[in-house]
Amino acid sequence: MTNIGENTEAADDPADKRLTVTLKVNGQECVVSIDPRVTLLDCLREVLHLTGTKKGCDHGQCGACTVHIDGRRVNSCLALAAVHGGDEIITIEGLGTPGNLHPMQRAFLENDAYQCGYCTSGQIMSAVALLREPCGASDDDVREFMSGNICRCGAYPNIVRAIQQARRALGGS
Amino acid sequence: MQVFDLVQVTDAPAAIAAGAASPTAQQGASVRFLAGGTTLVDLMKLNVEYPDRVVDINRLGLDGVATLANGDLSVGATARNSDLAHHPQVRERYAALSQAILAGASTQLRNAATTAGNLLQRTRCMYFRDTASACNKRKPGSGCPAIAGTNRMLAILGTSDACIAAHPSDMAVAMMAYDAIVHVQGTSGARQIPLSDFYVPPGNRPDIETVLRPGDLVTHVTLPAPLAGERSAYLKLRDRASYEFALVSAAVAVTLADDKIASARFALGGVGTRPWRVRDAEGALAGQAPSDTVFRAAADICLQGARPQGQNGFKVELAKRCIVHAFKQVTR
Repeated sequence: MTNIGENTEAADDPADKRLTVTLKVNGQECVVSIDPRVTLLDCLREVLHLTGTKKGCDHGQCGACTVHIDGRRVNSCLALAAVHGGDEIITIEGLGTPGNLHPMQRAFLENDAYQCGYCTSGQIMSAVALLREPCGASDDDVREFMSGNICRCGAYPNIVRAIQQARRALGGS
Repeated sequence: MQVFDLVQVTDAPAAIAAGAASPTAQQGASVRFLAGGTTLVDLMKLNVEYPDRVVDINRLGLDGVATLANGDLSVGATARNSDLAHHPQVRERYAALSQAILAGASTQLRNAATTAGNLLQRTRCMYFRDTASACNKRKPGSGCPAIAGTNRMLAILGTSDACIAAHPSDMAVAMMAYDAIVHVQGTSGARQIPLSDFYVPPGNRPDIETVLRPGDLVTHVTLPAPLAGERSAYLKLRDRASYEFALVSAAVAVTLADDKIASARFALGGVGTRPWRVRDAEGALAGQAPSDTVFRAAADICLQGARPQGQNGFKVELAKRCIVHAFKQVTR
């Protein structure tokens, strides 16, 4: 990860409110120079070039931008990046690698739990967080806990199947 | 989104001093406190809110949830909705509150959203959120297209000729039923505001939603200890089974003695310009044996004065049935 947020232009512009923030993303510290308006989502994608996190609605309604902050899933589109200095941020890039997938990623592959794939990283980030949440054992419980992630392709049945498979594999309920 | 200064504060006096620089604590405030951001950042993206200064209050240590020596539950202003809903004391003693929070939004939003932010969340009326529309709440005097327009989701109680926006919270409905007190620190000291006095009727200034003044910082909310043996529940009726605002909801709490209702308290969501509670309706239940007829009579009182619009007349009957059904749940 490189420090590509640094920008020394326009320093005399009164509208330039840029702040220097140290974000901890997937275990790596990244120093970024960002306008206070920059959301965590835009910072991840446009400054740090971690494009696995997707922008869907940009208003906290679709869940495509789900990341973990200090172990909890949130919508990164409604988080201002500059207030999360020092917090532990995990994105889809931090879950597994192509050669060493997270069990939830593998379960999504094995169950064909997507069509176009645009919502998938958000789905998986929610599903991984769900493993640590007080979610009941039934498919309906999973549906309720996953209701903040919308899939316009309608891959929901296989998403539920994938999550339940991963929960069983990981020894959960 | 408008340009703003972002300020991080580590003590309440600094937050209060920063907030006091705004001419108003209501719609269009020039200084806004940022907690979870789930309402504020959303509205700033829409240019409905456009503060010059945003004050991050997440490092004030106001995120605790604890039972006090007097039995009250104290809920910090920046306690996350998820933490409150899953808190063992809340699940056991304030079931309707836990259920209400979990019936609202999504896990991601509840992980970020806070107590004070939830109380202060803004209406989902689409005209309020659309700066191309007139809206008396956003721009006093500009008019209310909702009254002759799309109003299926909007309020039937507490409305005015200027505004019919419904208060969207679930959490606040349960807190209203539990007689919550909002604790505020401001430029002239601390005050305690019963939640029932916290929201103001829209009148002809629907941009003014609460009694908060510039610099006022909600520090925590307290809920009195529940009555001995009190049972409570939250029933939410909506267009989807999950992740949807209420058409109608009810938080109900009841104690029984000798098979009769000893005490009852309840509040409604989805129907009012604020969480709606009618003491006379509760009084009608006291001393009665639980029955559909008795619950229906209380519901009739609660909905008195309802003023439906073109698309939301169904809410009157739906609210009554919601009340009856919720009370049946906690009295059987």
